[in-house]
Amino acid sequence: MDIHEYQAKERFRSVGIPVPPGRVVSTPEEAEVAAEEYGGTVVVKAQVHSGGRGKAGGVKLAEDPAKARDYASQILGMDINGLSVDKVLITPAEDIDTEAYVGVVIDRKAQAATFMVSPEGGIDIEEVKRTNPKAIRKLSIDPRYGMLPHQAYWLANFLYDDPNLADQARKIIAQLYDAFVSSGAEMAEINPLITTPAGEVKAIDAKMSIDDSELFRRPDIAEMRDTSSEPPSETKAREAGLSYHKLDGDVGCCVNGAGLAMATMDLVAHYEGNPANFLDIGGSSNPDKVVAALEIITSDPNVKVILFNIFGGITRCDDVANGIIEAIEKIDIELPIVIRLTGTNEDRALEILEDAGLSAYTSMDEVVKKAVELAGAA
Amino acid sequence: MAIFINSDTKVLVQGITGRDGSFHTREMMAYGTRVVGGVTPGKGSQTFEGPTGSTVPIFNGMDEAVSKTGANTSVIYVPPRFAAGAILEAAEAGVELIVAITEGIPVLDMARAHAFARDRGVRVLGPNCPGLISPGKSKVGILPGQIVAEGPIGVVSRSGTLTYEVIFQLTTAGLGQTTCVGIGGDPLIGTNFIDCLKEFEADSETTAVVVIGEIGGTDEQEAAVYVKENMSKPVVVFMAGLTAPPGRKMGHAGAIISESSGTVKEKIKVFKENGIPVAKRTADIAGLLQSRLA
Repeated sequence: MDIHEYQAKERFRSVGIPVPPGRVVSTPEEAEVAAEEYGGTVVVKAQVHSGGRGKAGGVKLAEDPAKARDYASQILGMDINGLSVDKVLITPAEDIDTEAYVGVVIDRKAQAATFMVSPEGGIDIEEVKRTNPKAIRKLSIDPRYGMLPHQAYWLANFLYDDPNLADQARKIIAQLYDAFVSSGAEMAEINPLITTPAGEVKAIDAKMSIDDSELFRRPDIAEMRDTSSEPPSETKAREAGLSYHKLDGDVGCCVNGAGLAMATMDLVAHYEGNPANFLDIGGSSNPDKVVAALEIITSDPNVKVILFNIFGGITRCDDVANGIIEAIEKIDIELPIVIRLTGTNEDRALEILEDAGLSAYTSMDEVVKKAVELAGAA
Repeated sequence: MAIFINSDTKVLVQGITGRDGSFHTREMMAYGTRVVGGVTPGKGSQTFEGPTGSTVPIFNGMDEAVSKTGANTSVIYVPPRFAAGAILEAAEAGVELIVAITEGIPVLDMARAHAFARDRGVRVLGPNCPGLISPGKSKVGILPGQIVAEGPIGVVSRSGTLTYEVIFQLTTAGLGQTTCVGIGGDPLIGTNFIDCLKEFEADSETTAVVVIGEIGGTDEQEAAVYVKENMSKPVVVFMAGLTAPPGRKMGHAGAIISESSGTVKEKIKVFKENGIPVAKRTADIAGLLQSRLA
């Protein structure tokens, strides 16, 4: 789960990272008031889960409160990469000497939180990786020991020759690791980490993504979720314990297991159909989930046919069959439904479907071909 | 022969009294797996009833369970918040293989658990995996026993149900399996493609291997290079996620196309560059194998 810049900055402040003050507002009037209170030049920054905010015109420097108000009214409601901006952060502008990059992610290969730092900050680190890989220093943190003092120092020394700056960066790097671990993050980034003419090191931007599996034990972070940044259907899916992404096609897919769901989408495309969505009903066997899945799929007006592809392991086919029948009774589905069920308890599942006057396929290719055909005929 | 598990494998079930744990313990016992006991804290003196009236003892902890049963393998159906702890406990108790079925374990918990297990020389399979099955010998996890058959094909996959799909089609085509391994869909897993390919290459009964991959990470690309450089047995690949959009998690945390890597297109390219055939549909896998084995 991505959190906003202002929320990440709160996490950073709580571990002691120097972050300039800021206030989140949702109207131009509030932006003006905040700018007046800070005095001098402020930055107006769109709070949206997307990179490239600056390029999209979502970050502006305002010399006075009236300009802050103007910029806020431009940015609020703006569309940045398909996401609507409904909050801006007002923060005093800093005098910048240099810009560096400090980030930490979970590295799959090292199986550990891994730092990347670069004296070339303010730009996309992927870009630095491509153009000047030597400008990046990387270090994996052994989860058994955590970040050790000399490691933070080694990273900081790569950023700054000046011992005073390096000493401040050393603290910030260690604090960032604390913020990463205490937030259950999978990514945390300061870009840029700036130095000021007065010789201070500060984080003027903050990015953080939280491991969804951590949220059960971090209710304060779970509350940071901004459902306005995702389509309502995805919010509903998540709340029902499903994984759903809307695509542009017309074959509504309901599949158990992420891999099989992707393979089903691929097969729809192979037979020259267009999948309407990715939907994984997951590894449990709760009939309520199937009901929710069907409600979500049928709420997409593009969908012309509903395709079930269920292979039972931990998901029991009879539960899915019951769910399908329950859902059809409950939400009055007019669209054609084609079903493929096989695996654990498949005999019972086939009986249940047949008793309800439905028939089930056993071959994945057959059922996908049928679904594409029905979508084309609709 | 088979890899990782066989008819001598003695299994303890962590979380044996839970809904999924009890269901799949009965399934494993019915398949013939030597389930020697289970662990649920607080239910120590009770017994677990298997499918045909047979019972196995329940223990409060893994240490006692291992010392009293001589188990060498553990399978974990414990809920996410306790699952990493269950792995640590199993690793310390001295089993050789831990199969972690649980989905949704915090990644930072797993970073610690993997390091802890590695230090003790214990193999972890998963987490967020369906486990493994050596047809006719043993199954540990949740793979449905009725879809496999004994035979010469090794199967290794990052998926769950997609693996069943492929196994089912292999069995239908008359291609039985030595062992089918689901390595799991999480970003941090204990056993990867190369670990399994190495075992299959060394296994005298395995004649060919099916690799089932998906979007995210670079494990498949590394496996492709490994196959070319180290394997004499034919390998056939199927990849899921050609139509997956970038930047979205496809169901589990491991399946995400990031900016720089992880697309199926890229992975298929690397397999082909290394001379490894990639099936377009699951239905084509059996044919590709048969032509390579002929």
